[in-house]
Amino acid sequence: MDIEHEEPNYMKIFYWLVALTVAELAVAQMPEGMRKLMVAALIALAFIKAALVAMYFMHLKFEKHILAMVAVIPPILLGMFLFITYPDTAWRLFTQWAAH
Amino acid sequence: MSQAAVLDHTLDVEPAESPLTPESWGKLGMWLFLAGDAMSFGGLIAAYAALRFGDPNWPIPSTILGVPFTAVMTFLLICSSVTMVKALESIKHGDHAGLRKFLGLTIIGGLCFLGMQAREYSHLIEHVMTLTNKGLFGSTFFVLTGFHGCHVFSGVVYLTCILLSSGKYTKDNHNSVEIVGLYWHFVDLVWILIFTFVYLV
Repeated sequence: MDIEHEEPNYMKIFYWLVALTVAELAVAQMPEGMRKLMVAALIALAFIKAALVAMYFMHLKFEKHILAMVAVIPPILLGMFLFITYPDTAWRLFTQWAAH
Repeated sequence: MSQAAVLDHTLDVEPAESPLTPESWGKLGMWLFLAGDAMSFGGLIAAYAALRFGDPNWPIPSTILGVPFTAVMTFLLICSSVTMVKALESIKHGDHAGLRKFLGLTIIGGLCFLGMQAREYSHLIEHVMTLTNKGLFGSTFFVLTGFHGCHVFSGVVYLTCILLSSGKYTKDNHNSVEIVGLYWHFVDLVWILIFTFVYLV
């Protein structure tokens, strides 16, 4: 049986997604000097949008929690692996670049 | 033997409920597929990140790619996700006309996205870069967006199949519509990430 709950207001989620997209476009205009902040803000906005789509359109908020874990934990693990291995890649790429 | 002519029902059991998604095994199957597909895209995006941030001379995407055009594509895909959700809502209330209307709109959204992407590609290939003539910038762009575009295309085909068989869905039997919705929202979700990391960052 479908888990009983109130249907979320899908149009509200739509307006949020549009607003966040406009915000992203605005943030992308930030000057070069604030690049780190710009990238951080863009990543945050992108993940918030993705979370809205996953939780409300894909219904994850209203499913059993363990299903949400099946969906969410693998990308988190991926992020952890990248965090661990990226400095090595970055160093290798940098030394190659520096050698030219 | 006469026993062979009689069906043995002594071992009949109710089909098992899917542990994580009691209403439908197909839903669990789709979630598991999407988790794996997320790994594919994750791998491509991670490789793109490693290559890009290892290269101090990487071009600024907005100087080569058309960001406003792609922003419209993003908006289109978000709209198609909304129509998809409305399609599911319709069949949950037994509204067949609504189901068909919103599935149709979702398909049109997907086709427009593909059309716009084709336009973007032809402009780039003719005037700017191809898969192979602009080094890593070109190849990562086309592989990442192309892999996604293939997902949109197969999603459109999948949605069309569901639309063509929409007569058999009811208020109580609409798992297939929910499942195609999951795939379509996933495609939208991945595009949100690709748009941010390839075009904006």
